[in-house]
Amino acid sequence: MAGVRIRSWISLIVIAGIFLFLIFNMSVWQHMLGTIFPNESEVVYPRAQLPQLLREHMILVLASSAAAIITGTSIGILVTRERGRPWLGIVSDMSSLAQTIPPVAVLALAVPSIGFGFKPTVLALFLYSILPIIRNTITGIESVPGRLIEAALGLGMKRSQVLFKVELPLSIKLIMAGIRTSVVINVGTATVGAVVGAGGLGTPIISGLVRENPAFVLEGAITAALLALFLDQILARTEQSLSRSLEKTT
Amino acid sequence: MIKLIDITKKYGEFTAVDDISLKVKQGEVCVLLGPSGCGKSTTLKIINRMLEPSNGNVLIEGKNVRDFKPELLRRKIGYVIQYVGLFPHMTVGENIGIVPKLLGWEKVKISRRTEQLFTLIGLDPGFYSNKYPHELSGGEAQRIGVARALAADPPILLMDEPFGAVDPLTREILQTEFVKIQKELKKTVVFVTHDLEEAIRVAVRIVLMQKGRIVQHDTPENILAHPKNKFVHDFIGADRALKRLSRFPVSNIMREAPVVKSSDDLFKAAKSVDKRGFRFLWVIDENEELLGWIDTTRLIRNKEKKEDVITRIPVSRIAVRSDFTCKTALSRMLAEGIKVVPVVDENQKIIGEISLADIEKITEEVAHTWQE
Ligand SMILES: Nc1ncnc2c1ncn2[C@@H]1O[C@H](COP(=O)(O)OP(=O)(O)OP(=O)(O)O)[C@@H](O)[C@H]1O
Ligand SMILES: [Mg+2]
Repeated sequence: MAGVRIRSWISLIVIAGIFLFLIFNMSVWQHMLGTIFPNESEVVYPRAQLPQLLREHMILVLASSAAAIITGTSIGILVTRERGRPWLGIVSDMSSLAQTIPPVAVLALAVPSIGFGFKPTVLALFLYSILPIIRNTITGIESVPGRLIEAALGLGMKRSQVLFKVELPLSIKLIMAGIRTSVVINVGTATVGAVVGAGGLGTPIISGLVRENPAFVLEGAITAALLALFLDQILARTEQSLSRSLEKTT
Repeated sequence: MIKLIDITKKYGEFTAVDDISLKVKQGEVCVLLGPSGCGKSTTLKIINRMLEPSNGNVLIEGKNVRDFKPELLRRKIGYVIQYVGLFPHMTVGENIGIVPKLLGWEKVKISRRTEQLFTLIGLDPGFYSNKYPHELSGGEAQRIGVARALAADPPILLMDEPFGAVDPLTREILQTEFVKIQKELKKTVVFVTHDLEEAIRVAVRIVLMQKGRIVQHDTPENILAHPKNKFVHDFIGADRALKRLSRFPVSNIMREAPVVKSSDDLFKAAKSVDKRGFRFLWVIDENEELLGWIDTTRLIRNKEKKEDVITRIPVSRIAVRSDFTCKTALSRMLAEGIKVVPVVDENQKIIGEISLADIEKITEEVAHTWQE
């Protein structure tokens, strides 16, 4: 146990280190991208600073993911309660179905009604990333054996105690897995925001594609990938401490 | 005391429990017995409000269970289910401490109580307390399930096929232990099973159910001796007399056994035994461990070698313990083709014997009453 914990700390620190180093050292990018693409006159996206793009991107991701996590787990929990059960089938079918719609389509639908910019992007990302969270929350809670619920009630737990002492501790791994998948995908999907003027790491990518400059594309993509890795590591650590503290409350 | 008054439970058109009235006295083990689907579990769950009846009332100590919040009611009633239902994310100790914790006991008090319960169910607290349920054998898990139900010392215990998930041998051991613990604790117990022998072994009274109704409510002896109708008669089976033996521990009809040390004068000992009317003389070694027997009806000459006189026996296969049932004793006699088996204690030391003739007397009583 302790070994695993230390290793996860180390990988978190290493990734964070590389990440910060790259963000604030544009000369490294110049050098690296210049070596890979010697024929390009410009290898670093000139019209915005990387930290600025990253900040925009993080805000997009954090706003949409935070909302998705809160709403998604709540919906998952609600439809597995006695009163919410009638909705369970519909909600889990819809969350599976909606996953097949590409985020660009969601954007295309959202722009006419909400307009360009930050808001429609966050909305699209929210709608898209809530799905794996709902689905995993439902799957996790539904996988808790009925006899355990019966035992918990039979021993005199209230419904809320059954949820916090039995159902959540036993499904936290699956729920967190859903959240991690959702956030990682969200970091990638958020690059779409650049299309409708929400900025973020998609900006150099789109610009690179338009101007046929692969160096710009790589700059945005590498940073986004590192951000995804970094957030995934943070969530992995959260999962561990969360399941530990849930165990303690029992 | 538990009182069920005109309890009916319907699922749509289907009546799972049909107008049942029942009293369970303080300190009594009442077994709900019957074929699958006859409504045993439903009846049980109505008592602690896991299910609400369509009609009728349940009174505990004269108070209607409806006047309590379900969760508060259940914390005062121990509950054991068939597949144990230990929580896999909690240690065994934490599992046992659940109800005390719900009741807001202090930590010290909970851990002291947990330790007590481990001792009660015959498991070492130091060894088991921090284990997780998946590390337990089936029998251990079932014991923990019982300990968990007893944790807050509830006056009432509801058990739904509590020993259903283990092999027959372990089940018999658990039943024996339960009877012993119950003698000490004197809880008011409602015990569900579809296993007749289990019912006979643990019950003070049996409620035999069929299709949601009570067919016969009586002591095991009376049900075996006077089955009320064909259903009961068929349910009990043709070997009622034999089944009655499950009700008697060996200690009930065990008698003193003549014993001789192998180093003593066997010839003299055999002669003295013969006079007292015992047929077998049990031979033990210097460590008082049982070696075999001497058949005293056989002529023993003074000069015979000891090895020729003593019939060696596989003690562990033949001997019974005093808390075994007479049925087990009988099956050992039949398996080995002998008429007397030795009774030993935990250390395999002989403490008595039990004979076929004495077992027959029990079965005759039943056969007799049936003919009347
Ligand atoms: N929720 C339900 N909806 C409809 N019918 C039910 C429901 N629960 C139980 N029943 C029916 O009620 C009857 C009695 O069920 P119960 O669980 O009390 O049986 P049981 O005597 O405990 O049987 P077993 O020995 O198999 O556990 C059964 O026929 C069962 O199919
Ligand atoms: Mg049942």
